[in-house]
Amino acid sequence: MIRRLLKDFQGDVVAIPGRLIALVFFLLLFLFPLITQPIAIQPFLLRVLTFANLFVIFAVSWDFISGYTGQVNFGHALFFGVAAYTAAILNRDLGWQPWATVPIGALGGVIAGVVMCLPALRLRGPYLSLVTLAFPLILLGIIFAFTDFTGGELGISGLDRISESKTVNFYVTLLVMIASVFIMWKLTDAKSSLVRTGIIFHAIREDEITARASGINTVKYKLLAFAIGGFFAGIAGALYAHIIRIAGPSTLDLTLSFQVIIWTVFGGIVSIYGPVLGVYLLYPLMELLKTGGIYEWRFFIFAAIVILMLLFMPEGIAVWIRDKIERECPRCKLSNVWFRHTCRACGASLH
Amino acid sequence: MIEGILVNTLVKGGVYALLAIGFSLIFGVARMLNLAHTAFYMMAAYALYTCAQVLGLDPVSSVVLALVVAFLMSVGTYSLFLLFRLPTIVSIALSAAIALLLIWFGIGFIRGMGVDVSLTKAIILSIVFSIFIAGGAYKLFIDRIREHHVTVLLVTLALAMVFQEYILLVPAFGGHYLGAPSFVSGYWEIIGVKVSYQHLLTFGVALVVLLGVWLLLTKTKLGIAIRATAQDTEVANLMGIDVSRILLIVMGLASGLAAIAGVLVAPTLVLEPHMWTPPFVMMMAIIVLGGLGSIKGSFIGAFILALVEVLVVYLLPTGAFLKGAFALAVMVGVLVFRPEGLFGVAFEEERL
Repeated sequence: MIRRLLKDFQGDVVAIPGRLIALVFFLLLFLFPLITQPIAIQPFLLRVLTFANLFVIFAVSWDFISGYTGQVNFGHALFFGVAAYTAAILNRDLGWQPWATVPIGALGGVIAGVVMCLPALRLRGPYLSLVTLAFPLILLGIIFAFTDFTGGELGISGLDRISESKTVNFYVTLLVMIASVFIMWKLTDAKSSLVRTGIIFHAIREDEITARASGINTVKYKLLAFAIGGFFAGIAGALYAHIIRIAGPSTLDLTLSFQVIIWTVFGGIVSIYGPVLGVYLLYPLMELLKTGGIYEWRFFIFAAIVILMLLFMPEGIAVWIRDKIERECPRCKLSNVWFRHTCRACGASLH
Repeated sequence: MIEGILVNTLVKGGVYALLAIGFSLIFGVARMLNLAHTAFYMMAAYALYTCAQVLGLDPVSSVVLALVVAFLMSVGTYSLFLLFRLPTIVSIALSAAIALLLIWFGIGFIRGMGVDVSLTKAIILSIVFSIFIAGGAYKLFIDRIREHHVTVLLVTLALAMVFQEYILLVPAFGGHYLGAPSFVSGYWEIIGVKVSYQHLLTFGVALVVLLGVWLLLTKTKLGIAIRATAQDTEVANLMGIDVSRILLIVMGLASGLAAIAGVLVAPTLVLEPHMWTPPFVMMMAIIVLGGLGSIKGSFIGAFILALVEVLVVYLLPTGAFLKGAFALAVMVGVLVFRPEGLFGVAFEEERL
């Protein structure tokens, strides 16, 4: 049994460089608080990575909806903001603790996803993108109009912490992040024999009419994609509200909706690990630029880096790296390390 | 009150129509959602401010100069994005033109402010900009990423951000709230409402320009070529239309419209680096409502949404916050019943 698991581990993780790197990366993240113990700015680094963890969930959920099913969503902040406000209101008015408000906030994200999906069922392409853009802005207008209930410009502050310790916060977000990313990765795995969603999402993106002609209920699967994406984005939003202890209008902002697209496209769209890498590279970079002496230049540097990287790697940095270090076997479609000349399973030539 | 609503709707609608029609033209011809469109509107407004307040020019020459600056900047920038078939020499010349304009911009402010530090800052900025732009031209920017639609979108967004940050960095602008002077003062009483000449001028110019665009598109050979390209790029190319040239002309036309809108509203608005977002959202709503790529739709949509906005501001107590929400809700409502917008052409491949 154990030997078999080891063998599977060797075949599915160690032999594929991308997955090996991902494993090492997550292990390093787990050890991060220990490694950085002696560094003076450790609390700052931990805080940045805690938020990075949350934004990873958020960006991956965007990739889940927009990358995989091809419904390019310009208003992804809606899910984040709805969940943050739901959690904040439950916490403020009913005194519920984070373990209750976070799942309910995520359900708020699901509802927001389904509501947003209703026009999405009828619209395609740029129309869909522009309509999704409208939703968070409509909600933002309502929030500013009813300031007694929503706190208006200042938002709802003074929420309960998840934990007093920054390290615990970090580990909570890290575990939630790994679980969420793993679930979404499995759900979008087109080669999986367990769940069909992966291949169906790919089919909807590539050609929706053909997918329908093949007997796929595209309406059901699009709803499902928005609901699941909304759920995970909601988890991120509710946790964010409890960690930063405030749910404000910035959680619904246009900038956040676009930020998530920048992270994902930078990392590599339609690839789950793309947004993961994109956030872990770009978010800390932005925070470091904020603290440096070049505060006012940060957007410039940020925009220049994004544009230049996309120029040379239009499919995103993670996809570019993957293509460099992995080679797919032309016969059995298995991934191989770049230095192999023959496929590790079937022995076919890789050239 | 009804008169007030009417007048405000017409003025706002005119400005929105100028923006939306330009955006619509770009989408129709280049099939590209240009998120930087209102950034040029903002740049035109700031250019006007520079000419009038910092350089102290008279109103007429400020307006002309501001329009020229904004126009050249936008055409120069877009040429990188679109002219994948343009000779490299032309791209480099255009990039150099942008760089010079930016340096001119920077030096203009320094003269006005008398700050020494900013000179180096402005020049470094301009050089970084020109290196970045010229490098992009060399690598045939969009040609590499043109196939990736979301990437194109992202690049235009980054461009808008660059302009916004540029304004924040220039010491004379910074994050301050600024006001450009009015070209004409005084007001005129129509049916008991005081309409300032500025508003009247805005509406009048918008109407004249829109009429001109309409005539250009329907009556001239160039207009027919533009519409043919929008309908089917490949066939238009086969018929002997130089598609790259048409793309550049459309870009110039669209940004010219945005620049006119920016110069027109500059005296009535507060200038600040984020002023490009509210009209951006509104413009998006208008073109979706009217139908992407439809000029008539954008025109009518602009006035419908301007009316909604003004009505909400006049009738609801917290209207100033809710005006955007209502306009967007109207757009979503219309789309649920008419997925291709009011006057949109339902493209076969874009339809369910």
